[in-house]
Amino acid sequence: MSISFSAFKRRLLLGTMAVALAVPLSAPLATTVRAADFKFAGPLDAYTLDPHAVSNTLIFAVLANVYEPLVRRNAEQKIEAALATEWKQVDGTTWEFTLRQGVKFSNGNLFNADDVIFSLTRGQAGGIKANLNSISSVEKVDDYKVRFKTRAVNPILPNQLTNWLIMDKEWAEANNATAPGAANNATETFANRNAMGTGPYVIKERDPGVKTVFATNPGWWDKKTGNVDNATFFVIANPSTRVSALISGEVDMIDGVPPQDAERIEADPKLHMQAGPDLRTIYLQPDLARDNLIFGSEKTKNPFRELKVRQAMELAIDTGAIQKRVMRNFSVPVGLPIGKEVNGFDAALGAPVKPDVDKAKALMKEAGYENGFSVTLDCTNDRFMNDEATCLAVAASLARINVKVEPRAQPTAKWATQVNPPEYNTSFSMLGYSPNTYDAHIFLTSIAATRDPKTGLGAFNIGGYSNPEVDKLIDAIGKETDQAKRTGMITDAFKLIKADVGFIPLHQLNILWGVKDNVTVVQPADLAYPLRYFTVK
Amino acid sequence: MLNYAASRIVQTVIVLLVISFIAFLLVANIGDPLAALLSADATVNERMELVARLGLDQPIGTRFLHFLTNLLQGDFGLSYRTQDPVAKLIIERMPATVELAFVSLLITIAIGVPAGIYCGVNPNSLFGRFIMLISTAGITLPNFVVGLLLIAVFSVQLGLLPSFGRGDVVKLGFWSTGLLSVSGWRAIILPAATLSTFQVAFIIRMLRTQLMEVGMSEHIRFARARGLSEARIWYVYAIKNTLLPVITMLGLQLGNIIAFSVVTENVFAWPGLGSLFLQSIQAADIPVIAIYLIFVGLVFMVINLVVELLYPLIDARVLRRQS
Repeated sequence: MSISFSAFKRRLLLGTMAVALAVPLSAPLATTVRAADFKFAGPLDAYTLDPHAVSNTLIFAVLANVYEPLVRRNAEQKIEAALATEWKQVDGTTWEFTLRQGVKFSNGNLFNADDVIFSLTRGQAGGIKANLNSISSVEKVDDYKVRFKTRAVNPILPNQLTNWLIMDKEWAEANNATAPGAANNATETFANRNAMGTGPYVIKERDPGVKTVFATNPGWWDKKTGNVDNATFFVIANPSTRVSALISGEVDMIDGVPPQDAERIEADPKLHMQAGPDLRTIYLQPDLARDNLIFGSEKTKNPFRELKVRQAMELAIDTGAIQKRVMRNFSVPVGLPIGKEVNGFDAALGAPVKPDVDKAKALMKEAGYENGFSVTLDCTNDRFMNDEATCLAVAASLARINVKVEPRAQPTAKWATQVNPPEYNTSFSMLGYSPNTYDAHIFLTSIAATRDPKTGLGAFNIGGYSNPEVDKLIDAIGKETDQAKRTGMITDAFKLIKADVGFIPLHQLNILWGVKDNVTVVQPADLAYPLRYFTVK
Repeated sequence: MLNYAASRIVQTVIVLLVISFIAFLLVANIGDPLAALLSADATVNERMELVARLGLDQPIGTRFLHFLTNLLQGDFGLSYRTQDPVAKLIIERMPATVELAFVSLLITIAIGVPAGIYCGVNPNSLFGRFIMLISTAGITLPNFVVGLLLIAVFSVQLGLLPSFGRGDVVKLGFWSTGLLSVSGWRAIILPAATLSTFQVAFIIRMLRTQLMEVGMSEHIRFARARGLSEARIWYVYAIKNTLLPVITMLGLQLGNIIAFSVVTENVFAWPGLGSLFLQSIQAADIPVIAIYLIFVGLVFMVINLVVELLYPLIDARVLRRQS
């Protein structure tokens, strides 16, 4: 195991280097490399093609090949120009975007400011409205220049717009799809089943839940660095079948490789694993809002309110062992509830906490819980890689300091009704969060801020963590335009959060792809499939 | 005959009503669809808005009544997940499942009936015993294991047949068929074989027992005493007496296959009703689950009805007993 694994890691490193090299190099080569067909499979389908209906990673992953945002992320996950060529903050609450000229939608319509304004109105009426929340109004300066007014000073507006995809106004009007698809009993829009954007591909054929066929868009304004002209995305729900389809050569790449099958894929001479960091971080959150444990032994007091108990729990959980035993090394332990790729991550603070059971036991004794207590840990069993197994491992770790954890693993649909707002019916839960702006502020406002139903701050602060100092910093970060000062304040906020142990970070997951050796892929941390970078030799 | 049919139909409707109520109660308890529909950063207000829009804040009785009224008006509702009409989703997925069931029934008849007759006529032969041994495996192995084994052998090792999907389909009106293309036939072999393993084994064992029993009966002994040929005795007189239970079983099994091919469809990524059902459960897509369960009830009832109406054609005594 150890030998094969180190070989695997080396392969991994080589793979990553190859990608890093391939991106700048292959651009001039792209014309000489033959156009290729590419087939890949994943566990789930984007269940709508409407870019404004739901904020869902997978929908964006599929649609970003067809529709484009004003600014996009490149292969290194840096922001770059897409449908906008320039953007600047004119004053605290105004951003000006200059739009790219001569861009055509795949139906031949010209792209201009009207489409941007239309897509904003449409997006703000749909399920992605939370992403566009900070924009209060838009003003058309001319056909290729727009100004956004933000509700407050917003230094990171471009980061928030990478998943806001632009739709053609004329197309939507002609097809009666001006309203975004919504989960009520009235709208079934044309845009649900059809996609038409400015992006590198068009959707040639689609059978929802079965397959989606992409064909290259010959009129695309940019050049692909990869050579994939036709791509087919298959939905194969069963993980074993997915792996079989890769090994038998029916597909070139699969998403969501079960960790236990990684070695089997590595062992195949024609295949390799591509394992990159997922933006998502998994953490535990004890309930600090209630005076007792609603699911646990303590009915008159809440042991989690003792800082020493929380510190002891953090020290008792061996994230390294979880990484090795449960995750088969496909996770990276972290010391913060945000990942390394997130703007505001501080390497010193983010180092994982070293387990120390003796110290943890001493802390429990000082807090008066030498004999421990029992509590139910709420977790999912179908949401993240090995989530249920992680839960069991946490329970085993905490048993060492006499905290008897009873894991309650449920399907997400059931789990969510219980722990999510407005009830927050949990005493202790395992959660995961992926900040889609790649910036820490979104984590702070929705998860670390004190819960406030009026403003929506802290809505997903499931454990009800609250520190007025942190709240002040969050407010200040939102208004600060100086990047250095802003980052400093984010670090200060996380210092406080870490000292309070309001969150017990476990790890960052890996995205596991099985890939044929003749295929070079780029694997972004936000789970996208950027086909324009993929190369088949 | 008419009376007989009418009473069966009334029973069917009553059972369907009961099924739809139970289905609704069940699905109201599997969790809410909000997790799938709302973004992680949605505010409490957006949440409340969606709850109200989907009517999740209404009492269960009101929701069921509403559901039933719509149902009777032919409005099956919209899927929460895809926002497509549920009827459309089911009609789109039905051909795949029906074709799968049909091909697996063909396999069952083509293999199970001759093998079963052989074992019944020659229960002590070496080959007969061998078939019985194999059929034990068919009965005991769970479907998904058979599926994965077939994939491991025929797709991964031999590379002969595809491991997933339905191949190329041809549209004939609303019906999309995979039976008109080579890739479609190649794709259907493994899942249909998986589905039929249990049925084949079951039919073999049933036919064998039936035939052995009939072989002992008076009229066969009488036929033998009259000097009729063995072939005529078995294939004309004995088999007729075993067909009734076999047809009942095949009919019910067909219902089973259509309704519960969930596991096989999942293993082979077969785009049929079973896959739709699983996807809907994961997303707590209540309208689809409820309609699917009612649909399954309907399929069973109809097949049952057809089988019962077929009886008189095979065995006229059934009708005589009725009157």
